[in-house]
Amino acid sequence: MRSDNQAPRAFGLSLAAFAVLVFLHFPIWLIALYAFTTEEASFTFPPPGLTLEWFGVLFQRSDFWNALGLSLVVALLSTAIAVILGTSTALAIYRSRFFGRDAIALMIILPIALPGIVTGIALRSALNLSGLNFSFWTIVIGHATFCVVTVYNNVVARLRRTNYSQIEASMDLGASITQTFRHVILPNIATALLAGAMLSFALSFDEVIVTTFTAGQQQTLPIWVYSQLQRPRDRPVTNVAALFVIATTFIPILLAYRFTRARTE
Amino acid sequence: MSAVGTLTPETARPSDGLLRRIGTVFYRRPVLALIALLLPTLLWIGVIYLGSLSALLVQSFFYLDGFSGRVIREFTLRTYGELLLQQNIDIFVRTIGMAAAVTFVSGLLAFPLAYYMARFASERMRALLYLGVMVPLWSSYLVRIYAWKLILAQEGIVVWLANLLGLQGALDWLLALPGIGGPSLSFSYIGVFVVFVYIWMPYMILPIHAALERVPRSVIEASADLGGRPGYTFRRVILPLAFPGVVAGSIFTFSLTLGDYIIPGVFGNSSYFIGQAVFVQQGTAGNIPLAAALTVVPVVVMGVYLLFARRLGAFDAI
Repeated sequence: MRSDNQAPRAFGLSLAAFAVLVFLHFPIWLIALYAFTTEEASFTFPPPGLTLEWFGVLFQRSDFWNALGLSLVVALLSTAIAVILGTSTALAIYRSRFFGRDAIALMIILPIALPGIVTGIALRSALNLSGLNFSFWTIVIGHATFCVVTVYNNVVARLRRTNYSQIEASMDLGASITQTFRHVILPNIATALLAGAMLSFALSFDEVIVTTFTAGQQQTLPIWVYSQLQRPRDRPVTNVAALFVIATTFIPILLAYRFTRARTE
Repeated sequence: MSAVGTLTPETARPSDGLLRRIGTVFYRRPVLALIALLLPTLLWIGVIYLGSLSALLVQSFFYLDGFSGRVIREFTLRTYGELLLQQNIDIFVRTIGMAAAVTFVSGLLAFPLAYYMARFASERMRALLYLGVMVPLWSSYLVRIYAWKLILAQEGIVVWLANLLGLQGALDWLLALPGIGGPSLSFSYIGVFVVFVYIWMPYMILPIHAALERVPRSVIEASADLGGRPGYTFRRVILPLAFPGVVAGSIFTFSLTLGDYIIPGVFGNSSYFIGQAVFVQQGTAGNIPLAAALTVVPVVVMGVYLLFARRLGAFDAI
């Protein structure tokens, strides 16, 4: 009786669910298609012909590769800072109850909870006031600030599921605090830490709003894409670059997904 | 046993002396450890970030002298007074209206997928669907916007499809609508709206899914056993229990739409959203006080929104 009622309902529902899923994915498929189009001046669909020519052209474009290099270095450095700050904060917060604990948790979430433009303009005007020049380092400062939360969230969730008695046992058996960290805490949080770091990397690698405010003349990859978006001169090159960016961001996402799943299963 | 084995030789190392003593002090006095662990973050986020935010807030109480074009650093509320000009009120109404519409439609589209994931999909399918939501969420924001530039272009796939299905008339009618229309889909509020929904919807799916997963099966079975038909059970049992998840998701879609200046910049016309107004005021106009006061608006709106969300139990659903 009940299953009779549910079968058509579930069919309609699964149709709706997959329609939404297709809506989420078909723009990405189109990016893949347009990377091969022979059309240079417009976004004609269907593409009049397919070619591999633009991959070679992108390969020659030093501005693209410089932007990519800058983005990679910024993301690595911001993630390193986020790992240190996020892990230490998670270790401090997960078991203790102290005055201002919630305030600190809120403070860490704030940089991504507030609209990016607020963070961006706040940092920019503070940098202006302090007389610092906009440079590679000002980009890193901005990125690390909003990356801390991804590491913190992952690590604190894992620590809550870790048995504290392990740590106590290690200390009671004579291990020093560094040994306990290396042999007990770190193996426990390793995959969560790695997942948090991957997400932090992806977040930094893709960030544009805060970056437009904290970068001087430097072009990170998103700023490069944004400039192409505003005045589409090299459409075919941008098409290929877009596919390249999508493909590279897949990797950390899939890895992070594996790391978090492997542990929960 | 083996763990002890690996530890023993190291404990004997004399160089451990100082570190060990420091470590023991920290272990015995958790407060010291707490301070040591928190200090770097407090310095970084507390000083750099909160310091910048406070400086911004302070500057919103200065004003720009219209004649000299310089910021006068004395306390005044006149910059906040400027927020009440009709042109600025229009910007707030436009932005908040868009954020509300995007949130509503995201919820409407996200719910079936989240519901299917939580209640009907097999274990394997669920993992796949989850990945299917995560991939768009984490793949490049700008490239996904670029994809919509391709889709909505005059010569793009939507117009091609409309021609194929003989729907040019409907498309032209849509674009001729006052207020939301425009010269083409890629320069209209319809375009802005569709792209916003596309970009932020994954943030709606995940919390709804999490909330639906937490609805106990026994409660649903109890409702069915007591004679509730599936539709009734859905409306009276599942929906109320999942609603905090919807509210949690709406925090993201609403807040992210409120602060975005890139999507309306790429797809919109010359009528600004809050983010664009802030960008222009701090950039070309050099009016940092007004830009600062403008950023206070989305922050206050989100503050109020979060208060309501907390009442509706959204924070337990994240």
